[in-house]
Amino acid sequence: MTALLEVSNLARSYDVRRGRWPFAKPATLHAVDGVSFALPAGRTLGLVGESGCGKTTTAKLVLGLVPLTAGEVRIGGERLPPAHSPDWRALRRRMQMVYQDPLGALDRRLSVGRQVMEPLVIHGLGNASERREKALAMLDAVGLTQHHFDRFPHELSGGQRQRIVLARALILDPQLLVCDEPISALDVSIQAQVVNLLLALQQKLGLAYLFISHDLRMVRQVSHEVAVMYLGRIVEQGDPDRLFATPAHPYTQALVSAIPTHTRGRKRRIVLPGEPPNPVDRPAGCAFHPRCPHAVARCRLETPALRTLADGRRAACHLAEQIA
Amino acid sequence: MRVLHGIDLEVRPGEALGLVGESGCGKSVTWLAALGLLGGRARVGGEVLLEGRNLAGAPVAELERVRGRRIAMIFQDPSSSLNPVHRIGRQLGEALRLHRGLAGAAVDAEAQRLLDRVGIADARRRLGDYPHELSGGMNQRVMIAMALAGQPDLLIADEPTTALDATIQAQILELLAEIRRETHMAMVLISHDLGVVAENTDRVCVMYAGRIVEDAPIDAVFEAPAHPYTRGLLAALPELEGPRRMLMPIAGVVPEPANLPAGCSFAPRCDRRIDACEIAPPASTELSPQHRVACIRA
Repeated sequence: MTALLEVSNLARSYDVRRGRWPFAKPATLHAVDGVSFALPAGRTLGLVGESGCGKTTTAKLVLGLVPLTAGEVRIGGERLPPAHSPDWRALRRRMQMVYQDPLGALDRRLSVGRQVMEPLVIHGLGNASERREKALAMLDAVGLTQHHFDRFPHELSGGQRQRIVLARALILDPQLLVCDEPISALDVSIQAQVVNLLLALQQKLGLAYLFISHDLRMVRQVSHEVAVMYLGRIVEQGDPDRLFATPAHPYTQALVSAIPTHTRGRKRRIVLPGEPPNPVDRPAGCAFHPRCPHAVARCRLETPALRTLADGRRAACHLAEQIA
Repeated sequence: MRVLHGIDLEVRPGEALGLVGESGCGKSVTWLAALGLLGGRARVGGEVLLEGRNLAGAPVAELERVRGRRIAMIFQDPSSSLNPVHRIGRQLGEALRLHRGLAGAAVDAEAQRLLDRVGIADARRRLGDYPHELSGGMNQRVMIAMALAGQPDLLIADEPTTALDATIQAQILELLAEIRRETHMAMVLISHDLGVVAENTDRVCVMYAGRIVEDAPIDAVFEAPAHPYTRGLLAALPELEGPRRMLMPIAGVVPEPANLPAGCSFAPRCDRRIDACEIAPPASTELSPQHRVACIRA
């Protein structure tokens, strides 16, 4: 089976200056460094990690919004054409993005209806009445009503705004939705509404989601597969239930144990020392070794590759077998 | 516009109290009102008793002896609470001079000890840094150091880890717990995250639309939540372990403070609503000596 989205060895680096002076030594920041995954149609891949780990850059690379330094993105087996070319524009109809802050993603001066119809206008699809009809159908699909068509973003609640962003993303009948922290700005009771809507839309429309979030519980709720990123690389990947119940990589173990929960009688919390290093000064060997409670000499020298363990899980750790 | 509708709440010495609710429910305003930090246009009624003395309407001079010294506050976004154009050492020193009356070399020595205490390595050099040179987690540690400068009896932590990454959040919460074990300082932890509150407090007050709807020991809230809103919040949260179940969202949205329903504010979203709910806001009743709930259906 060909996956809808195939990403291999994705990399993006930036030239930066070390320090604040104009003549400071130049350096290279590897935002994303060799990320590979495949996402079949109708499935969800959850991408988790802390700020600066490269989740959002990965999302932008997938859509071609940021040029690749190396690697390849294939949609339905075809290579992603260069950004802003006519072929890319045509392909962009099949893949849309949903951002964290719905108010920032919407234009405050335009009515809801005009914003939802806008993608159709951009792609020159349908006439005025067809567009209007389609937009009303989309509002209905995301749980809003016709009354919202002539409203403005500031008149709506946060949850309703995120529904509008979804309606606008879905009006072109995409196959892939890249969701970058789609619920983080919403209140708990509203988050559940939007997550349930995403799941229902996936069932109905066969959408694939690349779901980026720092909320591990929500990621487990929506994902068929999860990839954990640390400093631009995937350190563990696998089935969400197994990955969160018995994480193989020490970073995933710490991340999972850091989630506060009301289910008492849980395992001891692993509090990691320090903070994620600056990606400009990526530690040699395994990038996680300075914070890792299990690190040995080999971890400082040799970068572990993401490999499949005997039990089918994938982790990038030399010691995965010993510490599991 | 009325945003708080009679908040009755008590923090005992050394206790950790959680305050939970969604944005706009009045969690933060409650404490800003209690400390007289709302500015001239806000009208605050009721009383705020600190060891029997009323702070509500107290003269500024008296409030200033309390703020920072008896009761300290830390906020969600540390980098906007720190002054970006002053060095950390100067800001920490200001708190020490003001609240502890220290001067000269004693200020620097104490500032260094405090930074050390909150787990900032190389404290002496860090005193010369500006806030933008530190990470979010480090800045929150500096804020905690400033809060500790006055050796307060009560720390109000308003979403102290919401802006931080998961592994850093764990560090900060661990630090607060450690400090409380050492100093027996009481803490009010304001959070929208029930998990954070569950792990770090003994008792929790759940707020909705400017009222406390449930007040109970932590275990009671999770094992036998009495208010439909508390139950709804728990049902809307996914779990990290066990079988995946469909999330049960609470229908509708929080009412605007200007258009609160006449009866129970939660009634329009409540699945247990009866006609009587729409007549008057329910009074808080005692389910057990430590468990209070404001719901006629509980």
